[in-house]
Amino acid sequence: MQLINTILGGLSLGMVYAAFALALVLIWQSTRIVNFAQAPMAMVTTFIALTLIESGMNYWVAFVAALVAGFVLGALVERLIIRYVDHDNHINPVILTLGLFIVLHAVAAVIFGSNFQSFPAPFGLTGFSVGDTTFNLTPTSVFTILIVIAVMALLRLLFLKTDLGLTMRAAAFNQEVARILGVRVNRTLTLGWALASVVGSLSGLLIAAGGLVHPSYMDGVVVYGFVAAVLGGLDSPAGAVVGGLLMGVTLSLVSGYLGSGLVPLAALIVLVVVLLVRPGGLFSTSTERTV
Amino acid sequence: MSALLSSPILRRTLLALVLFVVSVFAIDLLSGFRQGQVASIAYLAIAAGGLTVLTGINGQLSLGHGAFMAVGAYTTALLLGRWENMPLLLLLLISIVVTMAVGAAVGVAAARLHGPYIAGATLALAIAVPALAIHFKDTLGGEPGLRVPTRDVPPLADDALFFLTGTDTGTMQWLATVSVACLIVTFLLLRNLSESRVGRRWRAVRDDPVAAQLAGIDLGRSRVLCFVVSTATAGLAGSLMAMITRIAAPSGFNLVLSLTLLMAVVLGGLGTLTGALIGAVLLSLLPTFVTNFGSGMGLSDLQAAELAPLVLGLTTMAVVLLAPAGLVGSLLRWRQQARLSRS
Amino acid sequence: MKRTTIRAAAATSVAALILAGCGAGGRDGDSGDGGGGGDAAAEGDTTGITDTTIKIGDHKPLTGVAAPGYSEISTGAQAYYDWVNEAGGIHGRTIEYNVKDDGYNPTNTSKVVDELVLKDEVFAIVGGLGTPTHSAVVDFLNQEEVPDLMVSSGAQLWGNDPEKRPWTFGWQPDYEIEGKIMGQYIKENMPDAKVGLFLQGDELGADGEKGLRMYIDDQIVESVEYASGNTDVGPQISKLKASGADLVIGFNTPSYTALSQLVSMKLGYDPQWMYTNVGSDVNLVGSLLAKFSDGSVKDGSSALDGMMTTEYIPGLDTPDDPWVKLWQEVWDKHGEGELTNYRIFGMSQAYAFVSALQASGEDLTRERIVEVIEKDGANWPGPGLAPFRWSEESHLGMSGMAMSQTKGEDYENLTEVLVTDLGDAEITEGDTAAAEDAPPENGIPDVAVVE
Repeated sequence: MQLINTILGGLSLGMVYAAFALALVLIWQSTRIVNFAQAPMAMVTTFIALTLIESGMNYWVAFVAALVAGFVLGALVERLIIRYVDHDNHINPVILTLGLFIVLHAVAAVIFGSNFQSFPAPFGLTGFSVGDTTFNLTPTSVFTILIVIAVMALLRLLFLKTDLGLTMRAAAFNQEVARILGVRVNRTLTLGWALASVVGSLSGLLIAAGGLVHPSYMDGVVVYGFVAAVLGGLDSPAGAVVGGLLMGVTLSLVSGYLGSGLVPLAALIVLVVVLLVRPGGLFSTSTERTV
Repeated sequence: MSALLSSPILRRTLLALVLFVVSVFAIDLLSGFRQGQVASIAYLAIAAGGLTVLTGINGQLSLGHGAFMAVGAYTTALLLGRWENMPLLLLLLISIVVTMAVGAAVGVAAARLHGPYIAGATLALAIAVPALAIHFKDTLGGEPGLRVPTRDVPPLADDALFFLTGTDTGTMQWLATVSVACLIVTFLLLRNLSESRVGRRWRAVRDDPVAAQLAGIDLGRSRVLCFVVSTATAGLAGSLMAMITRIAAPSGFNLVLSLTLLMAVVLGGLGTLTGALIGAVLLSLLPTFVTNFGSGMGLSDLQAAELAPLVLGLTTMAVVLLAPAGLVGSLLRWRQQARLSRS
Repeated sequence: MKRTTIRAAAATSVAALILAGCGAGGRDGDSGDGGGGGDAAAEGDTTGITDTTIKIGDHKPLTGVAAPGYSEISTGAQAYYDWVNEAGGIHGRTIEYNVKDDGYNPTNTSKVVDELVLKDEVFAIVGGLGTPTHSAVVDFLNQEEVPDLMVSSGAQLWGNDPEKRPWTFGWQPDYEIEGKIMGQYIKENMPDAKVGLFLQGDELGADGEKGLRMYIDDQIVESVEYASGNTDVGPQISKLKASGADLVIGFNTPSYTALSQLVSMKLGYDPQWMYTNVGSDVNLVGSLLAKFSDGSVKDGSSALDGMMTTEYIPGLDTPDDPWVKLWQEVWDKHGEGELTNYRIFGMSQAYAFVSALQASGEDLTRERIVEVIEKDGANWPGPGLAPFRWSEESHLGMSGMAMSQTKGEDYENLTEVLVTDLGDAEITEGDTAAAEDAPPENGIPDVAVVE
C-alpha cells in the first residue's frame, strides 16, 4: 500500500517536473541557453495569482492571469536581457540567468513578502478512497496530470503541424539560414521564450496547489527539473516528459524508503550515471562530442 | 638582489612575505568585529580564487563550490569535536586532503561533461551535500549542525605576534591572521600554477579542446587536476569558515552561497585573482552597506535586507551584459588597448 | 607580470588599510580577548549601559519557514518596551531594543549575534529564538560573558547546567516537562490510545519525546522526524497512518502544524492531534490552513477543532484576564495591526526582563542582573501560570502548564496548572498564586531591589 501511494505521489510530482523540464527544453532548443531563472519566474507569476486570489478573484481567473503574466515575463526577459548576451562564451548566459534568479527572488520578497503563505488548490485535497483504503491521489493531482499531458499535446501540435511551429524550429536549427529564408528570427526567439515561460508558470501553479508558497519554494524544482531535462536530452521535449516522470517516481521512492535527506544525492547519482552512459541524455539525437 | 627579483616565483614569494607582515600589523589595529570581517573576506577570497581559476582558466563551470566548502567545514568540525587541541596546521591539511579526495571523485565525472551538463551536475551537488548532513544527523548534527569549539591561541603564536605587535592576541585576531596568511599562500600557489606550464595547458583545454588533444594534452587529467586544486581551496575556505563562524550547519552552505560565490568571481573578473579578492570583498561588505543604506532610506527591515541580493544580482547582470570581463578584466583590457593605441 | 603582482599587492594593502581605518582607534574592551569581557574589575561590566539607556539585542526568524507567528514576537516586545520607556524607563534608563533576522538559520544566527555583541555592544541578548539557532551562539555568549536571558525555546540546555552556562536563562516551560505533563494526561485519560510522534529533528523533538516516554513509552507505536526547511512531510504522515496511531503528538513549529494537518487531510487520516504550545496557535495555523483548499477547508480553525495542547500564559481566549487586558492596552497604544498570541508572548517575556531590571537597581551591571535573577527571580509576579525555577542550581524557566483543548476559536482547560521539573520529579498541582496574580496598575513591574 505504501508502495502504491509512494508511486502515485511520484507520478503527480513527476508531471510537474516534466512541465518544468519542458520549459527548459523549449528555451534550450530556441536559444541554446539553460534558463536557470525559470523557477523564480514561475514563482513570481504564482505570487501574482495569489495576490489576485486574496483580493477576491476566482481561482481560474487568477490561474489564467498567471499564465498570461508568464507569457509577458518570458517575452520581456528575452527581449530586454537575453538578446544582448555574448553567446560565444558559454559561461556568460549561465551567469546572466543566475543573476536574474537572485534579482527575481529579491524583488518577490520585497513585493510579496517572505512569509510562507498558503496557496489554494483548484479541486479537492482528499485522496480518493476505495472502501477503507485511501489512495495518495487527489482530484488536484489528477488535474495536474491531465493538464500537463494536454499542454504537451498542444505544443506537439504547434511545433509539428503549424507554420508557426515550423518557423520556430527553423530558427532554432539555424538562425542564419532561417533569416535568409525570411523568418523573423528575433520575433520567433521572443515567442519561444514566452511559450516556455507559460509552461514554467503552469508548473509553478501546479506545485503550489495546496501547499505553502514563499520566494524559495520553486528552488528545489530548478535542480530536479533541470536534471529531468538533461536526463531526457536537452533537445527532446518527449525526453523532458520521460525524464520528469522518471525523476518524480525515483525521488518519491527514495524519499519514502530511504529518507528525504538522500533525495538530492539520488538525483545527482541518476544524473551522473545517465550522462556517463549517454552523454546527450536518453533521447539524444544530436551528435556527441568526442573530446 | 636583482637576481632574486628576476625570477617571478621568488619575486612573488618576497611580496607575499611583505604582505603578510603588513597584514599582521593592520589586523592588530582593528576591533574584534572588524577582525571577524577580515577573516570572512579572507576565506571567501580563498574559495573565490579556486573557483575563478577553475571557471576562468580551465573553463569548467561549477555551481556547487559551496558543497566543497561544506566538506572542509564538516571535516574540521568533526576533528575538533574529537580532538579539541589538534594543531592548526594538521587540522587544515586534513580538511584540505579530504575535500580533495571528494573533489577528485566529482572531478572525474565532471571532466566528461561540459556546458550545461556540468552546471546541472554541480547544481545537484550543491544541494545534495547539505542534505546529507541532515540525513546523517547523528554524526553530522542534522539541521542544527555541529558546533565548533573556539580554541585558544597557541602560546607560540601568541609570543610571535606579541613580538611583532607588542600586544596580546585575541582569538578573533588570531583567526583573522591565520586566514589572511592562508589567503596569501593560496593566491601565491594559484598564481604560480596558472603562470606555469600546467596553467598554460589549462587555458589550452579551455580555448580549444580538440587542438589541445591533438597537441598531446591529456584532457581528462588536465581537467581533473584543475578541479582538484579548486576544491582544495574550497576545503580550506570551509575549514576556516567553520572556525570563524563556530558552526558547520547545512543552512550555511545553501545554493545561494554557491551562486553568490560564482557571481562574485564574475563581477571581479573571471580568471583573475585580484578579481576574486575584489569579489570576496564586495560579497562581504556590500550587503551590510546596502542594507544600512536601505534602512536609512526608510525601507522596512525586511525590504532593506532584500536590497542587498537585489543589488548584487543587478550588478552581475549588468557586468555580464556590458563588461563580461568583469571589473578587473575590463580594467586590464582597457589598459591594454590604451597601451596599443599609444604605441 | 610584475606589474600585475604589484597591483594585486597594492589592492590588498589598500583594502587592509581601509578596514584598519574603519576600525582605527585601538581595540575596545571586548575585542575577542579569549576570556573575560572588558573591564571585569571590581565594579562589573557595564557594556551597553549608559546613565539613561540600556541597549539589548535579539535574534528572531523574521523571514523563512519559522517566520509565521514567530516574526511577530518582537513587535510585542517592542510595544511593551515603548510603554515602559514612555513611563520614564527603569531607574531612569530607557530600553533600546535591537532585533535582527536570522531566518531560523544557525549560521546566520552566529553572524548576527557577533554583530550585536561585538559591533553594537549590547548589554544583553534577550529572547533569542529557536533551538537549532540559539544552540549555535550559546557557548559564544557564555564565553563573552554576555547575559543571555529569556531564551525563546523550550530546550533544556538553556537552564540545566548553570555551571557550564552561567549567563543563560530559559523563560518558557521546557519541552521535557511539557512532554511529561502531556504523557501523564494521556496515561490517565487515554490509556488505550496508540500514540504516534511527529518531531522536529532537534532538541525540540528529542526533549519532548524524552518527557513523553517517561509515562507512555508502551503506548508509542511510531515516531517520525522532519528537518525544518524541507516542507514535504508526506512520507512521515504516511508512516504514522500506516502504524495505526490514533493519537499523534507533534513537537514542531507552526508551519509544520499546518503541513501535517494538510497532508493528513490528503491521506484521509484523522487521528486526535496534540501539539506543543510553540506550534499550536489556533489563529495562525487556522489562517494558514484556511486558504489551502479553495472552499474545502473553509474556516481553518474548524480543522483544528479538538486539537489538544498546553498553556502557560493567558492568551486571547481569555480576554478578561487582567494580564491580557494590560497587553491589549499596551498594544492599542504602541502596536500596529492586531494583537495576537505571539505578540502577547513577546510582551510577557519583556515583562520578565523589565522585572529583572527593576530588581537590579541603579547599579546595573551584567554580573548584577544575573545575580538578581538567580536570587529572586522565582518570586516575581508575572503572566506565567506557574513560577520560574530560576535559582543558583537551575536556570530553567517556568515550571508548569495546564493541558487544554480547542473548541472552535477558544481553548478549554482540561486540567489544572501542573508543575514539575526535569527527570524524575513528580508532577503536582501548582500553587495558584502564580496563576492568580495580576499586574500593577501602571503595567510596570513593581519588584523590590535585591540586596
